[in-house]
Amino acid sequence: MQTGKVALLFSVSWIAGTGLAFAQGQTLTIATVNNADMIIMQRLSPKWEQATGNKLNWVVLEENVLRQRATTDIATKGGQFDIITIGSYEAPIWGKQNWLVTLDDLGADYDYADIIPSVKNGLSFNGKLYAVPFYAESSFTFYRKDLFDQAGIKMPDKPTYDQIAEYAAKLTDKSKEQYGFCQRGKPGWGENMAFIGPMVNAFGGRWFNEKWEPQLTTEPWKNAVNYYVKNMKDYGPPGATANGHNENRALFATGHCAMWVDATSAAGYIYNPKESQVADKTAFTAAPMQVTSNGSGWFWAWSLGIPASSKKTDAAKSFVKWATSKEYITLVGSEAGWVAAPPGTRKSTYDNPEYQKAAPFAKVVYDSIVNADLTKPTKDPVPYIGIQYVAIPEFQGIGTAVGQQIAAALAGQSTVEQALETAQRSTERTMKQAGYPK
Amino acid sequence: MHPKTRERLVLTVVGWLAAGLIFFPIFWMILTSFKTEVEAVATPPQLFFTPTLENYITVRERADYVHFAINSIVISVGATLLATLIAVPAAYAMAFFPGKRTKDLLLWMLSTKMMPAVGVLIPIYLLFRDTGAIDTRWGLIVVYTLMNLPIVVWMLYTFFKEVPKDILEAGRMDGAKPKQEVWMLLLPLSLPGIASTALLSIILCWNEAFWSLNLTTSEAAPLTTFIASFSAPEGLFWAKLSAASTIAIAPILVFGWMSQRQLVRGLTFGAVK
Repeated sequence: MQTGKVALLFSVSWIAGTGLAFAQGQTLTIATVNNADMIIMQRLSPKWEQATGNKLNWVVLEENVLRQRATTDIATKGGQFDIITIGSYEAPIWGKQNWLVTLDDLGADYDYADIIPSVKNGLSFNGKLYAVPFYAESSFTFYRKDLFDQAGIKMPDKPTYDQIAEYAAKLTDKSKEQYGFCQRGKPGWGENMAFIGPMVNAFGGRWFNEKWEPQLTTEPWKNAVNYYVKNMKDYGPPGATANGHNENRALFATGHCAMWVDATSAAGYIYNPKESQVADKTAFTAAPMQVTSNGSGWFWAWSLGIPASSKKTDAAKSFVKWATSKEYITLVGSEAGWVAAPPGTRKSTYDNPEYQKAAPFAKVVYDSIVNADLTKPTKDPVPYIGIQYVAIPEFQGIGTAVGQQIAAALAGQSTVEQALETAQRSTERTMKQAGYPK
Repeated sequence: MHPKTRERLVLTVVGWLAAGLIFFPIFWMILTSFKTEVEAVATPPQLFFTPTLENYITVRERADYVHFAINSIVISVGATLLATLIAVPAAYAMAFFPGKRTKDLLLWMLSTKMMPAVGVLIPIYLLFRDTGAIDTRWGLIVVYTLMNLPIVVWMLYTFFKEVPKDILEAGRMDGAKPKQEVWMLLLPLSLPGIASTALLSIILCWNEAFWSLNLTTSEAAPLTTFIASFSAPEGLFWAKLSAASTIAIAPILVFGWMSQRQLVRGLTFGAVK
């Protein structure tokens, strides 16, 4: 009996960390998104429940629904959620509002130094960490090695957008439904703008100058969006304004695309022969740059945060610590295979030979994430942080409105210049209403 | 061909076409639920494939369907009973003892349906928070009752108007009190109408997604939140989403099919005098 108690105490203290004392037998409500990594977490979480005596209630929602649901609850202090899955966009904004509990006190054994610095910075506000990273991603270029070899082209380590256009022209064969330039066209701040934002950065543009004045009609924006519309029309798949991440992923996996710039987290899927017909024909390189490499690859981290309205913060901290620890990553490696290990958060994952073996794309992903500096996303100085987004509450609306204008230009309903003029005016209006410059 | 026969044939074809058009999305959803994720997004879409139960197995593993289904049944039936209980006396008063402002009142009631639900999300959420109603079945029953009340009152009002006043008056002459009048005369006479109103209300509650997603987390979450949990911004999910949707609509589909005679009778109630 005594031995059992000691063993239980030992396992609890291992999981909870020495700095955390928490009550057992609590039920926590966790809100999360429906993606492969989160589903693995849900499947493995009974191990944490058994060790701590706590129970988890899962609320799984689509990203945008989750965002609305969680915002309503947190802003009204509803206290419905003890743990929520948030992105790197929300973490600093919600941290600033004091909606989240700080997570700098998870104990020395949590090994904060192991977390990739750019990831930690992305989830902090004023030096305080408001969410811990579950998995992080950047963007890079997926390309078909077999098609490149056939055409006698060698993909550089750091391609430029000019080179990408040149290769796209050579590799497009519409009669075979083979397209050189498959990119997101579906409007939305998290859809087409996630690709266009970093592309504008690479062309030397920025969303706002230091005085928070929108810059959408400047030369870099015009060059970037003209490039995007022209190449999408000439070398992209038909009906591109309906294509988001999922649609392009399916197109690439079924052999219809020669190049695709998108999330590094899709690499595991493209490398999985069960789900992809091009698993053995795909290679990866950095996201394209143009006049600068600053902000040319995006940054996103799905993370776990604890709302300040939760009444069970100690137990919640114990869970977020467990789910984002090195031990958890090892657990996923052994239970679900190393290729499924949550990527992009910890240096130790990339030092692990088993992970390197299972994920040949590991180094390119690591380099992309390390180089994605949210605090220096553009060639010229900016007053904001964020690469494919601007970490202010108004950006969701602004990003989507601009995305709609660009999709209209892509669909041929307006010219690029008209689209950017309209986008500039609507952004100016929104920023004025929000009281910028602050 | 006799012109009458030809007319009948054309009408039959048009009827089948309309029915096919309406049923096609449901048919496609059921078909997709038996495909693999890759087949589900294949272009051109595949009509013939090797069916798999993989999606149903995954859906069953990941969420407790029965828990969600029980919530859906309790909430839909509860809200419908409550709405009918309030609406019957209201519609009775409006149909048989109309005042000067009855028509305006009816129109005003309907106008509450014209406001987008999201406009009152925060006030309702705060009310729910302060009364401890978030994530409770009774909370959702109250919201659904209020949401459907205008339609239920309107429908019952229309059905009650079809009942000849003389019958009720005759009852009154024989000494029936208003309660007896409603219970023993009005309700039996307009039963098909009441049944179809209740059916419609149950269907509306069953399919409602905005309030159920926003006001529940896990305890009181109905099937609409169950479906929502299978939608994803990254990765392929159509086949699993279709499997979840198929089992979510199955009970209401069977229920609707079983009661279609009642529904049609109700909807055509009083159409021919």
